[in-house]
Amino acid sequence: MRFYIDGFRGMTLGRTLWCIILIKLIIIFAVLKAFFFPAYLKGDEEEKGKLVSSELTTRQAGK
Amino acid sequence: MEAIDASLVDWSRAQFALTAMYHWLFVPLTLGLGVVMSIMETLYVRTGREFWKQTAKFWMKLFGINFAMGVATGIILEFEFGTNWSNYSWFVGDIFGAPLAIEGILAFFMESTFIAIMYFGWKKVGKGTHLAATWLTVIGATISAWWILVANAWMQHPVGMEFNPDTVRNEMVDFAAVAFNSGAVVKFCHTVSSSWVLGCVFVVGISCWYLLRGRHTEFAHSSIKVAAAFGLLAALITGYTGHHSGRIIAEQQPMKLAAAEGLYEGGNGQGLVMAGVLRPGADWTQPSEEDKMLFAVEMPYALSLLATHEKNGYVPGVRNILEGGYTLPDGSTALSAEEKMKRGRIAIAALAAYRAAEDPALKAEALSTLRENFEYFGYGYLETPGDLVPPVPLTFYSFRVMVVLGGYFIALFAGLLLLRRRLEKWRIVLWCVVLSIPLAWVASQAGWVVAEVGRQPWSIQGLLPNVAAISRLEVSSVQTTFYIFLGLFTLLLLAELRIMGKAIAGGPDADDNSQPNA
Repeated sequence: MRFYIDGFRGMTLGRTLWCIILIKLIIIFAVLKAFFFPAYLKGDEEEKGKLVSSELTTRQAGK
Repeated sequence: MEAIDASLVDWSRAQFALTAMYHWLFVPLTLGLGVVMSIMETLYVRTGREFWKQTAKFWMKLFGINFAMGVATGIILEFEFGTNWSNYSWFVGDIFGAPLAIEGILAFFMESTFIAIMYFGWKKVGKGTHLAATWLTVIGATISAWWILVANAWMQHPVGMEFNPDTVRNEMVDFAAVAFNSGAVVKFCHTVSSSWVLGCVFVVGISCWYLLRGRHTEFAHSSIKVAAAFGLLAALITGYTGHHSGRIIAEQQPMKLAAAEGLYEGGNGQGLVMAGVLRPGADWTQPSEEDKMLFAVEMPYALSLLATHEKNGYVPGVRNILEGGYTLPDGSTALSAEEKMKRGRIAIAALAAYRAAEDPALKAEALSTLRENFEYFGYGYLETPGDLVPPVPLTFYSFRVMVVLGGYFIALFAGLLLLRRRLEKWRIVLWCVVLSIPLAWVASQAGWVVAEVGRQPWSIQGLLPNVAAISRLEVSSVQTTFYIFLGLFTLLLLAELRIMGKAIAGGPDADDNSQPNA
């Protein structure tokens, strides 16, 4: 534990990198995941299977 | 049947390509630079020279910046599987999920444990332990790449699974067949060795920049010596594995090979196009009176040798694959695209009949029909045989860019090893090496363009084309997220280039005070 505490305390350039990593993770998980990646397949496994089955048996290429 | 807007397919593909290409800016440098810095630390442990320790620490700093900037860029790809490619995700879930889960666990436990020792442990653990941690960080990253490439190779050559019509999913029945798929083994070796080349080009490029500036000359010469020697070996391995990759593609994805070679009419004793220009605007889905190649310089028999290991071996062209009728390596006759599409439609109808049937006899009959034709399931979604032809010019030229740059890197590394200490007198060569840094990424991305564009229209070869794999989203939603990602990725890339540039400008002397951890 001490190893990690000392390591993180001694960071210089690493602090900037960790800031970027945290900002990136917040954007990915809090913003993109919440607003731009809604769950397309909903319900339990059976419902998901039914939806995909219906999609695969009725779909054709667009003109 | 309900139609899917073609532009939705294109935008979904564009978004995934953008995300994957951005992710691939970081991965090969992690794999390549990792080995170079590990070799330098090994030299430090073996010789005890402090110089090698400082050299290793400098490259480790750049490795850390790249690693940090690349963290989580792959997560967006996994989100996209669920949202933009939901049919695909469900259809392959059991097969695709296992390698990705193993990759995630490995990446988290192996890399995160050893990378901490690598950066925090210089004064806390012994030399040998530290060296082991450095190598294990790199090995962990490389093993992670293995599992991702296993998943990708399965999409190019689906094996080791059985389709379950009750769940509408492919289920893994043979883990070894998936994990050690011939395509996965070759793809792994080719991808990893080409990443080593990229890492070495990066190291020699930056070292030559120091020589141009007259700074850190001892450091630069030593780095060039290590990276050029390892880079030459890696480039030769990349060429060798590329040859095997060509053989596997010939067996498993002949259309990709035909597109990469600009081969419309195949035959026996085919030559390999060394240089050529395709006729602009040629329609590769239809025969024409004009040759689809404007001019080509060929190496006689080389394509047949590559594809079949026989001088007069038969290599099908685009037209032959669409029309069928030629003899396959297993002795059977190739079906035409029309026939495959017909059998695909029978398979789709059988799946619908199986799902709708309540009578066990009808269910069994539908299942039998489905199993008999499942190999061609994906062809049932295609409208015309021409849908099977990938974008030929992009595949053809990307392949040549990759191969030419691969040859150039062999010459570059060999030249650097020959010139050694005289290198400083050849400023033009130094500039060439510096300007070659982005070319390593161009070659690497071009390789992926060949692999992925060349296998269109498939998400999973033969089983699921893109038009059936994508989610039914609004085109405008996909366009919006595409531009959001483009902006976000550009900002992150600029941030990385700035931090990396600053670290390089500081040079190895600044090392002790600017390690990512220090």
